[in-house]
Amino acid sequence: MRKLRNVLYVTNPQSYLSKDGESIVVSVENQELARVPIHNLEGVVCFGFMGASPGMMALCTENDVGLCFVSPYGKFMARVGGKVSGNVLLRKRQYAVSDDETASVKIASYCILGKLMNCRTVLQRFSRDYPDMVSGEFERNFKRLSEGIVQIKAGTCGSLNELRGFEGILSKYYFDSFNDLILSTEPEFSFENRSRRPPLDRVNALLSFSYTLIAADCASALESVGLDPQVGFLHRVRPGRPSLALDLMEEFRPYLGDRFVLSLVNNRVVTAGNFVVKENGAVLLTDDARKTVLQAWQKRKKEEVMHGYLEERMPIGLLPYSQAMLLARFLRGDIDGYPPFVVR
Amino acid sequence: MNPDDYLMLSGIQHFAFCQRQWALIHVEQLWAENSLTFSGKLMHDNADDPFFVESRGDTLVSRSIPLVSHNLKIYGIADVVEFHRSSSGVRIAYRDGFWEVVPIEYKRGKKKEDDCDEVQLCCQAMCLEEMYGTKIPAGYLYYGKTRHRTEVLFDEELREHVVSLIQEMYALYENGITPAAELKKQCASCSIRDLCVPTISSRKKSVDQYLDSMIGEYSHEKTA
Repeated sequence: MRKLRNVLYVTNPQSYLSKDGESIVVSVENQELARVPIHNLEGVVCFGFMGASPGMMALCTENDVGLCFVSPYGKFMARVGGKVSGNVLLRKRQYAVSDDETASVKIASYCILGKLMNCRTVLQRFSRDYPDMVSGEFERNFKRLSEGIVQIKAGTCGSLNELRGFEGILSKYYFDSFNDLILSTEPEFSFENRSRRPPLDRVNALLSFSYTLIAADCASALESVGLDPQVGFLHRVRPGRPSLALDLMEEFRPYLGDRFVLSLVNNRVVTAGNFVVKENGAVLLTDDARKTVLQAWQKRKKEEVMHGYLEERMPIGLLPYSQAMLLARFLRGDIDGYPPFVVR
Repeated sequence: MNPDDYLMLSGIQHFAFCQRQWALIHVEQLWAENSLTFSGKLMHDNADDPFFVESRGDTLVSRSIPLVSHNLKIYGIADVVEFHRSSSGVRIAYRDGFWEVVPIEYKRGKKKEDDCDEVQLCCQAMCLEEMYGTKIPAGYLYYGKTRHRTEVLFDEELREHVVSLIQEMYALYENGITPAAELKKQCASCSIRDLCVPTISSRKKSVDQYLDSMIGEYSHEKTA
């Protein structure tokens, strides 16, 4: 596998990015704060409004470094990309498959299988680590989830709607057990169900934030192998929606997202005070906490994991890339299916 | 065929090295640098200056010459072409007399076991022959590591090899085919190895088996 480079997260909204030689310079009010050589970078995510010079943008596009602007609260605003690259034959195949329900169901099933199998592992690991805390309800959900996985693998879903419906039911079993996985005694961290737009509790705020990070990584991984992140198989094509990035990230939600959030809460990396609760109930991460979370995220991406299909150890941060590559290889007919990343 | 649809001459060297490497670069449009390709690029940056013409007595050195062959349906750029004053040969603009055309190709490493560098040089010569209406019997490969020129004779066998490689290239290109990977010794030095992943298509482990093995692990285990 290729090398995992870093992602530069610029969290001060007053930051301005410029280029000096082969380096990116981050400055606030004309004061240079940091200088990073482009060759060490995978991507740049800027939580700010000040912007970047065209020279810096060119430096990024020439070096295949994704540059993405999000609002200070992590809402996606813009991504800077170079000229259209990659293989037009691959993209045409992607569009053809996306228009073909049967072919789409096949790929979408692989993505969903990856997700549910990883959900299962998250539950399974908990039951192994804390056998005394496993309730009867937890075991029932676990069993239903496992049976569902076998059914999807057997190809029982004939249409995308059927698959979406079944996936929804199985995900609910998983999230019904999610509160059991939270070991924090702080009542603020209890989890009832998944809420978004806006997240209505602290755990949901963390989940949403980590999913945003994964989606950005998936979109750039897809672009780097020449796939169009907007044209998906499971997620319907909607203007502005990175449907394929959402398809690709399904398998990463439990493993990269949920487990990451659980470790933040259970290891007290974040505490109840790290959040702002708005008048309408929306829960937001504070600036400082966001920095803490991003640091933990960067650290997590450097951890290595065994890829069961590639039979190779690689940093977690390269998983979106390896999966995008495998998806492209499947679409081009190099391999006989799309092997989702499944954690042991 | 429209000249805009011609294949790139530089690709013939990739194709002779590995058909899949060529297809990944020219069909799939994938590219990655490694230290080998990067130092090669640096070396070319020094050699390539289209506006620099060097004149040493009876030798004229011209750099970055655009090339095309409508017979071969190939276009590209020659690093360096030398013109040697001679009693026969071609006429060139603004110069008196006749000149022999001698293509030179710069390579960073040393002479290789396979003939991919020779093939590329011969293909350049065939383009030059067509453009100047002349015959070019030989050219040189300059290797950066050994700092030496090696003479390459453009014999019939080499020329036929060039023609057959280009035919094979077009057969894949027109059908959008990328040949399956084979894990070979030369994969170690390939800059796009990570994009090719020669192990996946040569291992032949089916995705179905992979998923079954992962699901199987679950079904034998009990919770708690």
